[in-house]
Order: sequence, then C-alpha cells, then structure tokens
Amino acid sequence: MKQTAAQRALIAALAWGVALLLFFPILWMVLTSFKSEVAAIATPPQLLFEPTLESYAEVQSRAEYLRFALNSVVVSLGGTLLALAFAVPAAYSMAFHPTERTRGTLLWMLSTKMLPPVGVLVPIYLLFRTVGALDTRTGLVVIYALMNLPILVWMLFTFFKEVPKEILEAGRMDGARTGGEFWHLLLPLTLPGIASTGLLSLILCWNEAFWSLNLTSSEAAPLTAFIASFSSPQGLFFAKLSAASTMAVAPILVFGWLSQRQLVRGLTFGAVK
Amino acid sequence: MSTTVAPHAGAVSGPAEGAGQRRPPSFFLLAPSVAVLLLWMIVPLALTLWFSFQRYNLLDPTVGGFAGLDNYEFLVTDPDFWAALANTLVLVGSVLAITVVGGTLLAVLFDQEFPGRNVARLLAIAPFFVMPTVSALVWKNLMMHPIYGVLGSVARGLGLEPVDWFADYPMFSVIVIVAWQWLPFALLILLTAVQSLDHEQKEAARMDGAGPVSQFFFITLPHLGRAISVVVMIETIFLLTVFAEIFVTTSGGPGNATTNLAFLIYARALLQFDVGGGSAGGVVAIILANIVAFFLVRTIARRLEV
Repeated sequence: MKQTAAQRALIAALAWGVALLLFFPILWMVLTSFKSEVAAIATPPQLLFEPTLESYAEVQSRAEYLRFALNSVVVSLGGTLLALAFAVPAAYSMAFHPTERTRGTLLWMLSTKMLPPVGVLVPIYLLFRTVGALDTRTGLVVIYALMNLPILVWMLFTFFKEVPKEILEAGRMDGARTGGEFWHLLLPLTLPGIASTGLLSLILCWNEAFWSLNLTSSEAAPLTAFIASFSSPQGLFFAKLSAASTMAVAPILVFGWLSQRQLVRGLTFGAVK
Repeated sequence: MSTTVAPHAGAVSGPAEGAGQRRPPSFFLLAPSVAVLLLWMIVPLALTLWFSFQRYNLLDPTVGGFAGLDNYEFLVTDPDFWAALANTLVLVGSVLAITVVGGTLLAVLFDQEFPGRNVARLLAIAPFFVMPTVSALVWKNLMMHPIYGVLGSVARGLGLEPVDWFADYPMFSVIVIVAWQWLPFALLILLTAVQSLDHEQKEAARMDGAGPVSQFFFITLPHLGRAISVVVMIETIFLLTVFAEIFVTTSGGPGNATTNLAFLIYARALLQFDVGGGSAGGVVAIILANIVAFFLVRTIARRLEV
C-alpha cells in the first residue's frame, strides 16, 4: 500500500504510543524495583533517581525469595515433564496411526480443558486434604500436568502432522520399527516442536495462580503465591513488591517473547497458525 | 458436516470399547493420556455433583446427609449469588469487548510497516506473560494507588482530584487489570491471522478503488472471523474463572461489588467451609462454561483435519 510520509509517521507514532502505553506498568515496576522505599513513594514520582539494589537484597534475605522461586521452578518443570511424558506418545499415536476414533478423541481432550477449575475446586481440595497432598509440590505437579495435558497433546499433534509421510515410509522400508522410528527419525525432526510445546507449558505453569493460591500455603507455595502475600496493607512496600515482581516475571517474559509464534498455535489448538 | 461432534460422549466410549480385540501398539501410547484425563474429568465432576446434594460443612461434623436441592435453593435465593453471576457477566463481557475490538484494531496497526516494528510488538504483547498476582498488585499499588500511584500523580499534574480507583470504581479497576492482560493475547492471535491474509487480494481491492476503511470491513474483518471467534471463546473460558486478580486486590469487595462466581465459590467452600453450597456454585460454573465450550469445540472441529 502506498502511503504518504505523513501517514507513515502517524502510523509509527500511534503504534509506538500504544506499545509503550501497554508496556508502561512493567517498565514502571522495573524502575521502582531499583528505587529506595522512600523514593518509590515520592510524589510526584521520580524519573531520575539514584539506583539501588537494596530492595532486591531485602526481598532475598527477609522473604526467602529463593525458596519460592525454587518451588516455581520445580512445579513448572515437573508439571511440564510429566505432561510431556503422557502427551508425546499420545500425539505420536494419533498423528501417525490415526484411526476412525482419533478425531473424536482429540475433540474430547479439548473439551476436558473446558471444565472450569473453580467448578472442581471443592472436590480437589478435599481429595488433596484426605491424601495429604495439600501444600506439597507433588500435588501441584500432578494438577499442572493434568491441566495442560490437552493443550500439549494438541500442539504436539499439529507439529507431528507436519512431518512428511515420505520420510517415515523411507524409514520403514529400511526396516525401522516403531520405537526406532521414533528415536532416530521423528525425535530429531520434531524436537523444535516438542521444545516450544514444553516452553508453552512452562509459561502456563509458572503463571498459574488459581490452584497455587488455593492448594498451597507455605511449604510448596510458588512465586504467584509469594507475590500475593504482598497484598496485605502491612506489606505495602512498593520497592520490595517491585523487586520481587520483577524477579518473578523476568525469566518467563523472555521465554514468552522467544516462543510467541508457537504460542499462538498452542493457545488456539491449532486453529490459528 | 463434521460439526456434530458430541465431545463428551465421543471419546469416553471411543478408546474404551472393544476390549477383546487385538490392539495395535499405538493404542498403548494413547491409552495413558486418555485414562488420566478421563479420571481428571469424571472424578471431580462426580464429586462436585455429589457434594452439591449433601449437607456438608467442614466445621460441623454433626451436620450431614442428603440435602436434596437445598443447596441450590439456598444459592438461588441468595442475593450474593445473583450479584456474583451479574459481576461475572459484566467482567467477561467488558473484557471481551475491549480486547476483541482493541485487539483487532491493534493487529491491523501492527501489521503496517514502521521503524522498530518488531520491538514495539514485543513490548505490546509483554503483559500477557506477567503472572496474574503481579499484574494485579502492580496496577493496584504502582498505578492506581490514590496517593502514590502514577495515575494519581497524572491527575494532580492536570489539576484534577486523584481517584481512589478500588474504592470508588472497584469493578472498573478489575476490568482494567484483566483487560490489560488479555488485550495482548487478542493482539497476538489476531496479528498472526492478519499476517496470513493474502496481500494480493488487498492490492486488487485497492486497485478497484476500495479505501482503507472498506478494505478493513470487506476483506480484513471477514478474514479474521474465525480467529476472532477462537479468541472470544478461549478468553471466555479463562475469564469465567478470573480469581487471582480479585483475590489480591479487592477480595470480592467492597461488599460484593467485585465478587464473581469463582470468588463466591472460593469464599463459600474454603472460607465458610460450606462444601455443599460451594459445590452447588461449582455446578453452575460448569454449566456456564459448557455453553461456551460447546461452540468452541464446534468451531475448532470444523478446522480439524485428521
């Protein structure tokens, strides 16, 4: 489309304006995290200030940030690996050995994702209480794996579907068995797809804030719950809240940026690519 | 055809039947996933239904037994329930309107060529990757706090009285936070869809004298149809159970001004220990979600090629 210089400038200004406006709260959070508590609540807000790392040090020493971060890492990785262990074989089987039931199975898996967590909060909470899984990392790992399993199966299925049939047939002619076919042919070909599926799962687990708030209290509480503890009025320390939040958000924001393309596929169940 | 899929019935009977036949090895790859998902769906669902017909309070073990429809009757005669239902619909509806309209316009905007486009896109989608508790507290304290927040300072700078957002406009404040998180999601999905648009088609329309506005309404918007419906339905599923944003900002208040269905169920079951009442609320949430799910599954089924 041919545009005049003025139109191009307007588009650039508008787009950048919107982008900065949307990003502003995050930027402000990062800036505030480098302020002292006094500077953080100065009015009018200070744009120029002497940066300090004291809030980071404080959050670290007082609030045991690392323990919560470790919980986040463990439950996110655990939930993702467990879900992948179930999802990879399932997606493999449906993509390469489809039967007349495959379509129904896929759609049924999708439909399980439609069960709102709040609808089953009560029984899950009571079940967890009965078996002693409340406030344990194992409990969250199981919930996260089940929660994301349908999305992962779908995403892997769409990746596996893109592997050219000819390659597999060539492999079969050479006498590769199902197991060998998977390890030597498919895994190398689909590793990028599996990796981005895992990444999406990590992001979803890391940011999950319904089950983690309801099923953990202290021992197994991940960062979502740790940040929530800043909501009490006594905890109104802007700089410390910002430092803790920045540390909680930064790693996953980078992951999200890296995988935005594949994310669309996963989040829309392959309906938008 | 292919839109008449009975999602629940379809696969429940699917993989399980024909137990006597010899199975291909691929069956054993699929079976574990189907089995755990089946358990994950059936067990809590059955328990929720069961509890919703029981007198069951965690604090009072002497109360028990079959309650019939008492829990439901108590629920629908409780003004809090109708307020929560209304709040849920207001929250879902407002956020959907903002994110779909805003997301569509932004998708078209970010599809244009301009300097630094890739960086601007990354900044714009960033809020989606921020965990809900962080978004809520950053907005509540750093942005909307009447004294120390940025918005308050901006208001004072313009000579206006700062607004105490969460006290005076609690629902609006929650909507702002949730919309801020989901607008980037809509943008991300719709931008992907816009980019798959055939540019020759647009070029042809332009040659025929179509202006930017009619190009948008007659070419871009129809092309985005399915992507928009997917965004609407996926967001609805998540928005029906917005919880953390309310939990850390207003705790459903002031009064019940920001209590949605998810928060009501949480409060009933885990704060008042009324398992029966909470479960009855859960059943209502499941029914609501299933109405949406029905359409979502149909839309995706149409696209699915096996």
